[in-house]
Amino acid sequence: MSPNSGTDIGTAARAGSAARRVPAVMVLAGLALAPFVLGSYAVGTLSRILVLALLAMSVNLLTGLTGLATLGQSAYFGVGAYTAAIVARKLTDVGVVQLLAAAAVSALVATATGWLAVRARGVVFLMLTLAIGEIVYSAAVNWKSLTNGTDGMSGIPPVVPLPGMPALELDGLVYFYVLAVFLVLFAMVAHLAGTPFALALRGIRDNEDRMRAIGYPTRRYALTVYGGAGALAGAAGALWVSVQRFVSPGDAGFEIAALALLAAVIGGSGRIWGACAGAALVWLTRDYLGNLEVVDGHGKLLLGALFVTAVYTLPRGLTGIRVPRGLRSVAWPSRKRTA
Amino acid sequence: MGGWLDSHLVSVVDGVAFGLLLFTLAVGLSLVFGLMDVLNLAHGTLYLAGAYVAYALSDGSLWALLLALVAGVAAGTLGGAALTLLTQPLARRGHLDQAVLTLGITFIAADLLAASFGGEVLPTDPPTALRGSADLLGHTYPIYRLVFIGVALAAAALVYLVFERSSLGALVRAAVADRDMVRALGVDTRKVLYGVFAFGAALAALGGVLGAPILGPGPGVDETVLVLSLVVVVVGGLGSVRGALVGALLIGQVQTLGVALLPEYAPFLLFGTMLAVLVVRPRGLLPSAVRT
Repeated sequence: MSPNSGTDIGTAARAGSAARRVPAVMVLAGLALAPFVLGSYAVGTLSRILVLALLAMSVNLLTGLTGLATLGQSAYFGVGAYTAAIVARKLTDVGVVQLLAAAAVSALVATATGWLAVRARGVVFLMLTLAIGEIVYSAAVNWKSLTNGTDGMSGIPPVVPLPGMPALELDGLVYFYVLAVFLVLFAMVAHLAGTPFALALRGIRDNEDRMRAIGYPTRRYALTVYGGAGALAGAAGALWVSVQRFVSPGDAGFEIAALALLAAVIGGSGRIWGACAGAALVWLTRDYLGNLEVVDGHGKLLLGALFVTAVYTLPRGLTGIRVPRGLRSVAWPSRKRTA
Repeated sequence: MGGWLDSHLVSVVDGVAFGLLLFTLAVGLSLVFGLMDVLNLAHGTLYLAGAYVAYALSDGSLWALLLALVAGVAAGTLGGAALTLLTQPLARRGHLDQAVLTLGITFIAADLLAASFGGEVLPTDPPTALRGSADLLGHTYPIYRLVFIGVALAAAALVYLVFERSSLGALVRAAVADRDMVRALGVDTRKVLYGVFAFGAALAALGGVLGAPILGPGPGVDETVLVLSLVVVVVGGLGSVRGALVGALLIGQVQTLGVALLPEYAPFLLFGTMLAVLVVRPRGLLPSAVRT
């Protein structure tokens, strides 16, 4: 299965996969060549977009694939970021170790908190995840002995991807590290999308009662994907620390969660590349337009406007999920694509 | 026990004040959700708007507070009607779209408010007549908070009576329980929706006006109160006034007494409470009638 065929197996997507490989190769080539063309700031922005794309993929696993809208993935992103920062400062500057530690701790926290969250569905799930996010944020602010409070943690050494490799000081080299990890994780998520496990998750999204009736322990499935999405968000948090070399409570904050959800919504349901494109659009809006003279300091206003516009103009964003099965192959190809 | 209560009396009374403040927010959130399935994430913004109104109009006199109350309630009512208007076209499109829309409105409003009032938390003084402290069983306690508790209790009692004991309240409860059936009986449920949304929003703005001296307006306050009132709604049970009241008083105690008793666990107390309640009662403490 090619990485860009998304989670949407068994529909029109497969027929068009050969034709769609061309843009995927072009995007890949563009990503690989970007540091040779772009300036240092733009390359840093691209790294951040890749990190946000991973976070949006994590949101998409829950929201798009399983139908559990979440506003709490910033919590596990933050847990991963702080874990990676602490490992980097106290233990080792090897990137892979930081990534694995961040993913493991985030998965653990996600499983513990998810045990509560997956008892709910719909809006209550959204509320619970929002509350989990806020609690992790306030823990990041108040647990000063561990997190250094609102001052954040600086002095994080440059990342060494694998043992024996040199430390990456330049933005361009860090970018390649982020890109490599991104591609590995993207491939993993794309592979997951083709498994029976993912099909069962889609079943939960479309009709949980029926899934339960035919014997699937749906809550355990939901908890498993919640833990996995937490691990993915944690890995994204570790990459974030490698890029920023700084971590503060804001990285676990509400705005990150909202950005990730928006990226997943704009990207459309269930499609992995859609979440990545959404992440790029959201971050560019925030970063570039927000820096223009006209909107000086009004990034939040712009973001809000983007939210409102997205809801009214992209009705197929996430609600395409609710299209009945029989209609899906008709409805999906006409969906508006954001890229 | 007497000694324990004596040493924590201030925390307990603070908790009551804070809980009633949360009630003014949670009741609107809960009813709007119960009625329209709308998760209004802009609810905290209504509190913030009310608090800014109180700050802008406060000059130390009681008249200014009264004027702020009128202005705040009017602004809240308008805001609620506008939010209904904006969310109605999305009624068939699921919770997520409404959440994203109201989140966008929150961001826009937060930016505009910060642009007009600056990025600091603005401490708002209560009217001169209500400043100072009173003697509360041997403890000094701010008069304003006692007055606040009185006013908020009266408001809560009024809401409760209207909701549980009047025919208007029965209509709203029926619409929460089964909107289609109420519509089939010939009631224009859209009017109920607008009314409840506007009422809930006005109550949140009222909470903001009265609560400004307790929890002053500033960037991020909208988020704080939103999350706290969401927790109240989850703990209390969706679509129920009684649930909102019980949940609000419980969370108020957790946030004051709990934090005073176990300061090192402060960030986790809220989650712990929610966990404990949801494990025992998955639908909240006092949810509304089961919907079909």
